[in-house]
Amino acid sequence: MKADRRPERKGIGNACSKAGARHTAKKRKHLTLSQKKSITGLIFIAPWVIGFIIYYARSLFLTIRFSLSDVNIVETGGYRATWAGLENFRYALLEHATFNQIFVNSLVDILIDVPFIIFFSLFIAILLNSRFKGRGLVRAIFFIPILLGSGAVLETLTLATENIQEGAGAMAAEISSSSGISMDYFIGTFIDLGLPTGMLDYVAGLVARVYEIVRSSSVQTVIFLATLQSISPSLYEVSKIEGATTYETFWKVTFPLVTPFILTNVVYTIVDSYTNSEVVTQAYDTAFTLYDYGLSSAMSVLSTVVVCMILAAVCMMISNKTFYYN
Amino acid sequence: MRAERKLAAVNLGKLGKTLSKLKGNGVIQNHLAKLMQRTKATLFSPFKLMILVGISYVILGPIISIISHSFFSPSDLYNPSVFLIPLNPTLENYRLAFMRLGYWDTLLKSLIYIAKTTILQVLITSMAGYGFARFNFPLKKLLFGCVVVTIILPSYTIMLPLYQHFRSWDVLWLFKIFKGEALNLLQSTKPTYLLTLFGAGLRSGLYIYIFRQFFRGLPKEIEEAALIDGAGTWHTYFRIMLVNAIPAVLTVSVFSLVWQYNDMFYSGLFSIPADQNIAFRLSTIAATIRFVDEIRDPLVVQLYVYAGVVLVLLPILLLYLFLQKYFMEGLERSGIVG
Repeated sequence: MKADRRPERKGIGNACSKAGARHTAKKRKHLTLSQKKSITGLIFIAPWVIGFIIYYARSLFLTIRFSLSDVNIVETGGYRATWAGLENFRYALLEHATFNQIFVNSLVDILIDVPFIIFFSLFIAILLNSRFKGRGLVRAIFFIPILLGSGAVLETLTLATENIQEGAGAMAAEISSSSGISMDYFIGTFIDLGLPTGMLDYVAGLVARVYEIVRSSSVQTVIFLATLQSISPSLYEVSKIEGATTYETFWKVTFPLVTPFILTNVVYTIVDSYTNSEVVTQAYDTAFTLYDYGLSSAMSVLSTVVVCMILAAVCMMISNKTFYYN
Repeated sequence: MRAERKLAAVNLGKLGKTLSKLKGNGVIQNHLAKLMQRTKATLFSPFKLMILVGISYVILGPIISIISHSFFSPSDLYNPSVFLIPLNPTLENYRLAFMRLGYWDTLLKSLIYIAKTTILQVLITSMAGYGFARFNFPLKKLLFGCVVVTIILPSYTIMLPLYQHFRSWDVLWLFKIFKGEALNLLQSTKPTYLLTLFGAGLRSGLYIYIFRQFFRGLPKEIEEAALIDGAGTWHTYFRIMLVNAIPAVLTVSVFSLVWQYNDMFYSGLFSIPADQNIAFRLSTIAATIRFVDEIRDPLVVQLYVYAGVVLVLLPILLLYLFLQKYFMEGLERSGIVG
């Protein structure tokens, strides 16, 4: 076993030094340890670098080129792109029937959901981090949504959810007709109390989408949970000895240590909800049912640029308020 | 029992206040403080229980409803008094879904496909993660920035060029020169393997990030010891670092298995054959049953789809339950976080 492992290793080692030698044949004697190490490091990441150049950088460049040209599919399966300037963007923004509306709606949805998902997942992570009976079971349940992420399974789940919600709605209607209680009545009461309508709409919208929010906040919960576990217990011990209440401990210890990951989670949430948004579906349909590659690329580029701008703005805002960074 | 204890605790808490006014000695005060704490905990727990149960229901509700519906017969479907528990349970839904999915065959092929992808994924991304964690080379920060960009950039943005790339795939125009035309890799699993091999697969960026964080957390002394004992770089990596990174490997494997299994986007884009991808095949089952088996009622067709969903989810749920403990530990220790 050992005997045949060793030559193999030597072989690889030789190959490495050969690869190194090709680059620096003349200077070979002067190769310092750190240079050797940096070459090994480059070999380790080489597959990824090649992939990044071939698949990501090239594709990104091509997408931008497509968006600026009029793409015709040739019968042999290739394509011919002729320069069209900003025509595609103009069409998407000014003439396309639905793009504008879908685009704005998706953005608004993203911005509404993000804060709530963050608070919700932090809250759940704190709950799951405390000790109680059956914690393993509850955790297993809470991470199930990660498994059910996408595709036909998700569609069917959504359908089943709708059925349940319909059932609940029907039940509520039935109760309200017999007892005179209805949601509208409550909402009316809140409005009479002088609560702003915008806030009520926001809360009502969240309640209506609770299934989606729970489902899309599971990865964030995992990240927060991992963060909470990595906080050293001695900090809590100290604050306890110094006589801090639970409330103070949360705001002075837990929250500051969690802030960097609020940023991570915000980024993840925005990207995730953008990936599942309708703009993307629209771009996909434009490409593969209408075969209008130029327009589809223009839509992708537009939405990606806007989302990146939102990301940059949010990152600036939050990283100013980050108390601690590692 | 619990209520009694709570009541007792509350009473003792009141007693405690009066006693502390009397400035009891240190031992009693200590005792009382503990009692107060316990009282608070018991008062708080029903609230916590409510939230946990409620959210668990939100998550499990649809799944339970799917499972129960998959046993419904059409007569149960139209019987308004049936809720969750069918009156005439039937396995007919499963029989047909089984047949239309070509279950065993498709499942086996999909499992082989995702297993291969996952192994490639773990190998390539862990290598890249190790490279970023432990070596210094020029442009390192920029390159790692690119990794972050691949995490953030939705794959939808680059779908068209990728599609065209694999539509006429070529290495340095070699195929065009020798065979006359480029290869069409669509309608096979090759695009996925190629993308994964070059670290551009499904969420590879995230996995590189996880591995990098994990390797950064391992003590450097391990490698130094290995170096002194005469292990080469590759030996150190495969025999020592990767073995130490088992939690991260597990986490990434579970993520990769599950996401690859569920993936519809790349399968759809590259038209990967449906008999190699059971989740993709599931998406066509409704149409198949409607047109081949001539069941026209969409609600009844939905029953078959429910059975199909249960069949497709079963392996992944079993895998999850089996790996759940390790997965959880892995998540906590793998340093998704710093």
